[in-house]
Amino acid sequence: MMRFLGVAIMVAICLAFAGGLALTVWQIAGTPAPVNLPHLLAENLDASGVDHPITAVLLNFRSYDTLLEIGVLVIAGIAGISMAKTTSLEDPDLRTSDSLLYALQRWFVPLMLVLAGYLLWAGSDRPGGAFQAGAVLAASGVMMRLGGIPMDFLRPGMLLRFGLALGFSVFLLVAVASALAGSAFLAYPEAFAKPLILIIEVVLTFSIAMVLLALFVSAPVNRTEEPEEGEAG
Amino acid sequence: MTPSLLYAFAGVALCSIGLFGFVRIRHLLRKLMAFNLIGSGVFLLMVGLAQRGGQPDPVPQALVLTGIVVAIAATALAVVLIRRYYHLSGQTTLAEPRAKRAKPPAPTANREGSPE
Amino acid sequence: MTLGLMAGLLFTPLAWAVLTLLVDFRKGRVVTWLGMAVQMLVSLGLWAVVASDGGFLYLLGGWQAPLGIELRVDGLAVTFVLLTAVVAAACGWHASIYLDPDKAWHRYFWPLFWFLWAGLNAVWLGGDLFNLYVGLELISLAAVGLVALGGQADALRAAIRYLMAALLGSLAYLLGVALIYGQFGTLSLAGVTALLNSAEVPAGLSFALVLMLLGLALKTALFPMHGWLPPAHGIAKSPVSALLSALVVKASFYIAARLWLDLGGHLGSYALAQLIGALGGIAVIWGSWLAFRQVKLKQVVAYSSVAQIGYLFLLFPLTWGVSDAISLQAQQGITLQVISHALAKAAMFLSAGNLIMSVGSNRVDALAGVSRFLPFSLFSFGLAGVSLMGLPPTGGFAAKWLLLQASLASGQWWWLGVLLAGGLLSAAYVFRVYQASFIDDTDIDHFFHPSRSLEVIPMILALLSLGLGLMAEPVLSVMSLPFEAGRGQ
Repeated sequence: MMRFLGVAIMVAICLAFAGGLALTVWQIAGTPAPVNLPHLLAENLDASGVDHPITAVLLNFRSYDTLLEIGVLVIAGIAGISMAKTTSLEDPDLRTSDSLLYALQRWFVPLMLVLAGYLLWAGSDRPGGAFQAGAVLAASGVMMRLGGIPMDFLRPGMLLRFGLALGFSVFLLVAVASALAGSAFLAYPEAFAKPLILIIEVVLTFSIAMVLLALFVSAPVNRTEEPEEGEAG
Repeated sequence: MTPSLLYAFAGVALCSIGLFGFVRIRHLLRKLMAFNLIGSGVFLLMVGLAQRGGQPDPVPQALVLTGIVVAIAATALAVVLIRRYYHLSGQTTLAEPRAKRAKPPAPTANREGSPE
Repeated sequence: MTLGLMAGLLFTPLAWAVLTLLVDFRKGRVVTWLGMAVQMLVSLGLWAVVASDGGFLYLLGGWQAPLGIELRVDGLAVTFVLLTAVVAAACGWHASIYLDPDKAWHRYFWPLFWFLWAGLNAVWLGGDLFNLYVGLELISLAAVGLVALGGQADALRAAIRYLMAALLGSLAYLLGVALIYGQFGTLSLAGVTALLNSAEVPAGLSFALVLMLLGLALKTALFPMHGWLPPAHGIAKSPVSALLSALVVKASFYIAARLWLDLGGHLGSYALAQLIGALGGIAVIWGSWLAFRQVKLKQVVAYSSVAQIGYLFLLFPLTWGVSDAISLQAQQGITLQVISHALAKAAMFLSAGNLIMSVGSNRVDALAGVSRFLPFSLFSFGLAGVSLMGLPPTGGFAAKWLLLQASLASGQWWWLGVLLAGGLLSAAYVFRVYQASFIDDTDIDHFFHPSRSLEVIPMILALLSLGLGLMAEPVLSVMSLPFEAGRGQ
């Protein structure tokens, strides 16, 4: 009875929440926005150094957001590897001995690397960019890991920490260097905007992939003698 | 009613379903999925509502990309914490382990106690 | 000049974070000492600039809002920046001695510490709704990482609970931001305020404000959403607890207060203001009562945070629909409360850490006899307690005095009961700790002696909190400095 009551109350709260939110959305949709940001953006796109408006917003107009966002990712990576046990890297449980996976991975890994490169390159004028490329790169790393390919750089050592920090530090250096060159922070000199953004994108791709892969690897694995998930607790 | 607005309303639905799951479900991984459901709802609403006029607005799309990265970072961190927690305690919920309290406190329980 | 100061505040903490990530604990400690000195100077510099010339808007990347992100550097922001510098430097200094350099995971303390500091500065100066969201997430994740450091089961449970609450709160805030952007097409807080002032207030946006406040209140641990705070603050290492209680919860409160002061006049209502105030009032009473009942020393301090945070939410009723003079008085009172609580609570957690280290147990009743061996730490604990109780001449007293005047002037006398009961109850739990420490019938005569500097740091913070009541005038005059628009860069 108590359980039913709890569910009923929660359903009522969620319905009220949905109703209120839907009403607000409906009311907002009825009035036009007083500021036309897309128009303003289109006007300034030329000065941004890239042709794709989303990349321009991410890496130029609102680049401080992106800098902090990569910071969040690095924090997650740091907190993740602080949990890691070195032994979990060697855990044979993690390696699937699936021969199909092994065969597929010989095809997929090179293909995914090419795809990651393409996504990175496409980011300047169509959908794509550092994060998408980094995610694909990380996915190919996960695949290699599952296939049992040893990846020593994922040990929580100097190399891993350097990889985590690389993209973020380059971004940060550009931010400060642009200020030293005389303009404001994260204001790229117009002549260099394009190459700078390209460099940032490349190192970010690398670091994003590293962070995601490190987080995948540092999650401890279950041992066989432990209870199955769901049975415990 | 433009198609974009339909996305916004779908976002509303996702948010409330996710909210229900987040509060009611005790299993941590499912709770985390409910969090991601709310997140998707918010992102859908953000993009859908902003381009209700039919004209695409790149700013909320960029914001959503940033938001997705933040959500992924948080989710990945949560998964690592949850896996490690399960590894150590064998539990999948946040309930206090009552049986273990009867024993004298384990040396790890008050780690600050040991002089460092 | 301004350029260098802004770089110092926003970017060098990130640089320290990267540097400390690359080196081990001992080298990271040296980098951190250097970094803390730099941050202190820069924060003082910016405070002095604003105190003499007034606040200004800073455009990041040279792009004007709404296209770019603007930072709002005004009196309140630099006051908080300076407070952060003082408290975080004290906690960092304490941690550099307190933490065991030989435990492998402690090296990750420094990068997380610096990311936390960078996020705090970003939030104090932030003037863009979405940027504030990213700043909040930066703070939350760094804080969760710090709580979970070491990865024991109990710490993980607290960290996961904290993370879940923080994530839900952030999403509620982001949902509100999405609605506001949908309505106005801009993310700049100043831009939204200007639009609200100039045109007719659109219907339905109150819901957005409520969502944002709800999310931020969850992250600030307002009653009844405080359940995550005591485990997280209680289980973390003492310097981490001090950082979390003194600064991290204030970040989300700061955003809520800014939203309320800018948008609340149009989108808020009397009922909403009173409701939030009432929750704050209950938090004061209930949190103090629970603090009195706790068995573990750090849980006492953590529940005391729940109570002290409750006072902050009196800002909402005391600034809604009142004259500018009363509103300013309430704002000043709350600012003093934030500062004095930050100093006092950091002092309390750090000295509690020393006491626990010395007796080897985290229970209150294990403190018996400690008054003979560690009078210095116990004295800091007590001084901080005096400020929490609100006795003159402490900062806590000055804050509560201003709040009391604001409640009377606005005719909301019912908040007086909260102010009085809160003071009495906090006296009760502080004296309970004292009573335990003066019991002398223990046969234990072996106490571990922490190093002298560990004892000095909380004392400095407690003295600052005590002296704040005397220095309130200059602090408040800078805090309420208006800000001149148009003085960019």
